[in-house]
Amino acid sequence: MAEQYRADVLVSCVHDRAPDFIPALEAEVKRRGLEEEVRVVEAGCRGFCSMGPVILIEPDGIFYVGLESADVPELVEETLVKGRVVERLTYKEPTTHACISYCRDIPFYNKQERIVLRHCGMIDPESIEEYIAVDGYQALSKVLMSMTPEEVIEELKKSGLRGRGGAGFSTGRKWEAAREVEGEIKYVLANGDEGDPNCFMDRALMEADPYSILEGMTIGAYTIGAHQGFVYIPFEHTGSVRSMKNAIQQAQEYGLLGEDILGSGFDFDVELRLGAHSFVGGESTALMHAVEGKVSEPRPKHYHTTEKGVWDRPSCLNNVKTWNIVPAIINRGADWFASIGTETSKGTQVFSLAGKVNNVGLAEVPMGITVQELVFDVGGGVPEGREFKALQIGGPSGGFLPTDLLDMPMDYETLAEAGSMMGTGGVVILDDRSCVVDTARYFLDFLRDESCGKCTSCREGIRRMLEILTRITEGEGELEDLDTLERLGRVVKAVSLCGLGKTAPNPVLSTLRYFRDEYVAHIVDHKCPAGVCKALIEYYIDEEKCTGCGLCLRKCPQEAISGEKKEPHVIDSELCIRCGVCFDVCRFDAVGVR
Amino acid sequence: MPKLKSLEELQKLRQQLQKDIKARADTSTTITVGMGTCGIAAGAREVMHAILAELEARAIDAHVTTVGCIGMCSREPLVDIQQGDEPRVTYGDVNPEMVPRLIEEHLVEGNVVEEWVVGRMEA
Repeated sequence: MAEQYRADVLVSCVHDRAPDFIPALEAEVKRRGLEEEVRVVEAGCRGFCSMGPVILIEPDGIFYVGLESADVPELVEETLVKGRVVERLTYKEPTTHACISYCRDIPFYNKQERIVLRHCGMIDPESIEEYIAVDGYQALSKVLMSMTPEEVIEELKKSGLRGRGGAGFSTGRKWEAAREVEGEIKYVLANGDEGDPNCFMDRALMEADPYSILEGMTIGAYTIGAHQGFVYIPFEHTGSVRSMKNAIQQAQEYGLLGEDILGSGFDFDVELRLGAHSFVGGESTALMHAVEGKVSEPRPKHYHTTEKGVWDRPSCLNNVKTWNIVPAIINRGADWFASIGTETSKGTQVFSLAGKVNNVGLAEVPMGITVQELVFDVGGGVPEGREFKALQIGGPSGGFLPTDLLDMPMDYETLAEAGSMMGTGGVVILDDRSCVVDTARYFLDFLRDESCGKCTSCREGIRRMLEILTRITEGEGELEDLDTLERLGRVVKAVSLCGLGKTAPNPVLSTLRYFRDEYVAHIVDHKCPAGVCKALIEYYIDEEKCTGCGLCLRKCPQEAISGEKKEPHVIDSELCIRCGVCFDVCRFDAVGVR
Repeated sequence: MPKLKSLEELQKLRQQLQKDIKARADTSTTITVGMGTCGIAAGAREVMHAILAELEARAIDAHVTTVGCIGMCSREPLVDIQQGDEPRVTYGDVNPEMVPRLIEEHLVEGNVVEEWVVGRMEA
């Protein structure tokens, strides 16, 4: 019997939805006597999280979504034995409901340009052998054998790569600074402290392709002259910790970390550093404190971390995505990378799509994609036929973009001009039933919790802004509040020390800029146009539509609904707590909000 | 596992490992075996195993995949070979003994085995 497999079944995004899917699939493959020709690979995230578990069957490229263990026998019989596509399991296009059998034909994927995510879902993340087989350690070999550190820096500068942690500083220039500074001992660090509440790209990357991060760090260490690296991950992110730990161990066993790497005479090793998760912990100086074992609080940057970082030694910190991109640039060349993206922002950006969008997940697209393309082509549009209202980008302290800006190409500069930021690429999509005031309040509440409290402006400023926003959502705001919010926001941005305070007012300032009407409606008309803010809304039952089925009456936790069977029901507004249960359960669309 | 001490060792290891993920790599040759119930009954599974073994033995880079019934059940097992932009050639009544010659002549020498061909499809 041949040792070569004719088909690989790559299983991704299993989550907790179908924990027994992989064992069931393996057992069925064995039962049908296919175990020597078909291999089941537990691959990392494919980014299509809302559809998990998903499988990709290579070489055909057949793609199945939303699988359960019960689907296994049919799937094995029809597709793996007989080579037929099971339509029932394919992806259905949300608007046309057409079945799409092949991964390459799904709009979510064929609009993407995967550089950071190039190996995600394509290799077994626990096997350095598979990483080596695809193209792993080719870039490191090239660097160690044929490039000087100056040439590496020149290549990075030419590529236009900017740090993917959020600030977007030129990676080539950062490495150059770290190389030029004098110091016997230098460090390279990978930032895996992903803090944005709706983002999961760094974790997905560490869990799906940890080796590329290590390879990038090794190239960085060779370039700046470091021999020790640290990967910092919050210990709560157990999947990332396990994956990176395993990757470091395997790389050490193969001698791809350690002394005299590939016989080049260059020594480099990496240690994992774990800490408690916090939002501010991803800030460069705070992270370095955490690596030293101190409380993760930022310090003033009178001097750069490239001069004095961890233990006051020159340190070069990059986001895990930045490290991961470096081998791709070395392999394929700076010109290739620079040909993707816009004038100032080269390459691609991984967006984490969340909120009111059909394709919740991770999508990597060229820089400069428009809001329209991201939401409607890649994201598959807004669910339930609702209307798109706004896109919030840049994590919790990013800004909102309204429908007027649908055609705006998104890169570092245009987003900053529009009052938002690229950040790490967290995107929340709002539909017409989302209240921007309430959403801004939510983000500010998060930032208030995460502020370390060192700067008065950030600690007190955010708190005061949150109080005002809360008052507005409760219908007790005044028009002067809007000016106060703007003034406070400007002060917090201007005088806070680190990136948290400098950007925290963005959600409020950008909504005031684009959605002032909605604030005014809350304050003057005492109305929440989206029907979200509980103090300003009232649920009612449409007599025409109500069939008197009694479902809402039984579900109401307050017993606020009354009515005879088969007669229209009514809601007692005094008793109602605006939980929205009746609205959710009604099958006849008879419950409304006003 | 042994430590890699040089670039040559890494490249050698990589060449070995690449075979393992062949199904995921690009190749210009695809061999498709008809695997409907008609094909299976006529011995398509045995033919496919013979193809896999032959490719392995000769270290030939090709994908092997299966399809459902194409309608010509009387000539099963059917084996299609597609190379690049060339027309897809369909062989009929294939049995495991025919596989070495098929691979030798069609894939290695580049000559279609005309006597066994039952049809061609434009790429």
